[in-house]
Amino acid sequence: MPSPDPSSGTAPRTALVPGEIPSATIEAVGRELMTRAAITIPADFKNGVQQMAETETQPLAKYVLDQICCNYDAAEEDLRPMCGDTGLPRFYVKMGNDCRLQGGFAALERGLRKATADGTREIPLRPNRVHPLSRKDFDNNLGVHAPEIQYSFEPEGDWLDITTVHKGGLFGSDYRMLFPADGIAGIKKFFLDTMVEFGRRGMACQPAVVGLGIGGCKDTTMRIAKEAACLRAVGDRNPEREISELEQELKVLGNSIGMGPMGFVGSSMVIDAHVEIAYTHTGGMPVAIHTFCFASRRATARITPDGEVAYRSDPQWFTPYYRREGIE
Amino acid sequence: MSEISLKDVKMDTVRLKCPVDAEALRKLKLGDLVFLDGPLFTGREGVYKRYLAEGVDPPVPFREISNVNFHCSPAAKILPEGGYEVKAVTATASFRFSKWMPAWLEKTGVKLIIGKGGMTTEDYRRTFVPNQAVYLTTVGYGLGATYGRGIAGVRAVYWLEELGIAQAMWVLDCAGMGPFIVESDAEGNSLFELSNREINRNLGKLYEGLPEPALRRFGEITNREDEVL
Repeated sequence: MPSPDPSSGTAPRTALVPGEIPSATIEAVGRELMTRAAITIPADFKNGVQQMAETETQPLAKYVLDQICCNYDAAEEDLRPMCGDTGLPRFYVKMGNDCRLQGGFAALERGLRKATADGTREIPLRPNRVHPLSRKDFDNNLGVHAPEIQYSFEPEGDWLDITTVHKGGLFGSDYRMLFPADGIAGIKKFFLDTMVEFGRRGMACQPAVVGLGIGGCKDTTMRIAKEAACLRAVGDRNPEREISELEQELKVLGNSIGMGPMGFVGSSMVIDAHVEIAYTHTGGMPVAIHTFCFASRRATARITPDGEVAYRSDPQWFTPYYRREGIE
Repeated sequence: MSEISLKDVKMDTVRLKCPVDAEALRKLKLGDLVFLDGPLFTGREGVYKRYLAEGVDPPVPFREISNVNFHCSPAAKILPEGGYEVKAVTATASFRFSKWMPAWLEKTGVKLIIGKGGMTTEDYRRTFVPNQAVYLTTVGYGLGATYGRGIAGVRAVYWLEELGIAQAMWVLDCAGMGPFIVESDAEGNSLFELSNREINRNLGKLYEGLPEPALRRFGEITNREDEVL
C-alpha cells in the first residue's frame, strides 16, 4: 500500500536563530517519546497495578493482575511494545511564553508527524489509523487530524514540553448531559453505569485510571476527561477540596462494584480516579468519562533552547495557570 | 449438560499443539490456562469479508494452514533483509465478528477461536458447539509483549497489499504462546457469563440511593444486568 512520505513535505528548513528550539531536536525527541511510551510503563501506573495485584483476593482476577505485571517487565526486557494494540498516538505540547521554535509551529507539527510515521515503522507500532469510511490505511498512523496535537501555555519559561499518549479507543469512554439537579449522586450513577457496562468481559481493559470531565461545553468536557485520565500521575489529587474528595470516593466506589480485570469477580477496577472541571452553562452539568487502560502509554520530555532534553514521568499538564479562573 | 459454577474453575495449565485435535479440545475446562505450539493465523473483519462476502480464496487453503484463528492485528516490522518480525500482538474484541462465525467455522474447519472478551452464550450454543469449536480469551488484553515472546516466527502473510498490516492474514509459528484462558468449552458454557451472574448479585446494593438522571436518554439500557454485546 503506498505511504505518503512525510519527509517529502515542502516545509522550508529555516536557519536556526540563537534561543530557538531546533526543529531537528523536536523530531528526534518526538521519535524517542514514541518508543518510551510504547515500551515502558510509567512508574506511577506500575506501582498502582502492583498494589492491586498484592491485595486482590479472587484467583482469576489475581492471576490476570500478576500477568499484567509480568508483561510490563517482558516489554522492557525485550524492548517490545507492551500492548499489541499500540493505540492512537497523540501529542500534548506545552510551551513557556518565551519559547521560540525554529521554523515555527508548522515545523513543530511536521516533526511530530514525521516522528509518528517513523516510530510506527521502526518500533514497530500497529498502524491503527484508517479513513473512517473507506478504511484506507497508510500504515503509518498519519491521516486527517491524526495524530492529534493539543497545546497549552505557561506565562513563564523558554522551554517546550512534549507528551505523547498512545491510548486505545473503542470502549470505556462516554458522555452524558446531566443537570444541576442530578448533583454528585447523578455523577456517581453515570460513573457506575460506565464502569459496569464497559467493565464486563474487561472491554475497558481495566484496571484503569478513570478520568472525569465535569462542565464546559461538550467538546471541553470530553477533552478534560481524557486529559484527567492520561496526564495526571496516579495518587495526584485535584487542588480543590470538594473535587479531591470526589476523586477518592469514585475510586472506592469503582473498586466496590465486585469486578476486576476482564470482568472477572474481584475488587480491582480503578487504579485511580481523576476529576477536572470547566465552567459550564448555568443550566447544565455535562459529564464525560475516559478510562486509561492498564497499558497506559505515556511519555514526557522538556526541551530547552540550549538543546538539553530532560525526560520525566509526570506530564505536569495541569498547572495552576492551566486551571485559572480569572484573567491572568 | 452439567451446571458449572465459578467454584469449579481450577485454572489448570494445558499445552496444545496447533492444528488442535478434537479430543484435546473436548477436555478443556472453563478457566484452564492454555499455551500453544505450532501454526495459527490471524483473521478479523478484513479476512472474513474478503473470503466470505467477496468469495476470494487465500493463496493456501485455510485447512492446510491451521484450524486456529486469532482475532488480532500484529505490531509487525518489515525487516530490511526481507521477511517480518512480529514483536507484540493483542487481541481485538470478538463479539463484532459474530455474524461471520457460522459460515466461517463451517467452511474453514476452524476449531479454536482466540480473541478478546468472548462472544455471547447464544453464539457458542448455536455456532461453536455444532462445529466442535472452542473459544479462548487472551489475558488482561494488553499483554502484547508476553504474546510476542511466544511467536517463534512469521510463516507467511497473505493479503498484505489488499488489507494492510492490521487486517492482513498473518500465519504465526507459536512456541509456548500464552497464557490464554478457556472462556467457552465444548459444551458452550461461558466463563464470562458465570462472572456476570456473580457480579449482577451486587448491583442492587451498589446503586442503592442513586436516582435516575433528570434526562432519560434514548438508547440507554434500563436493565443493568444487560450487556453491551
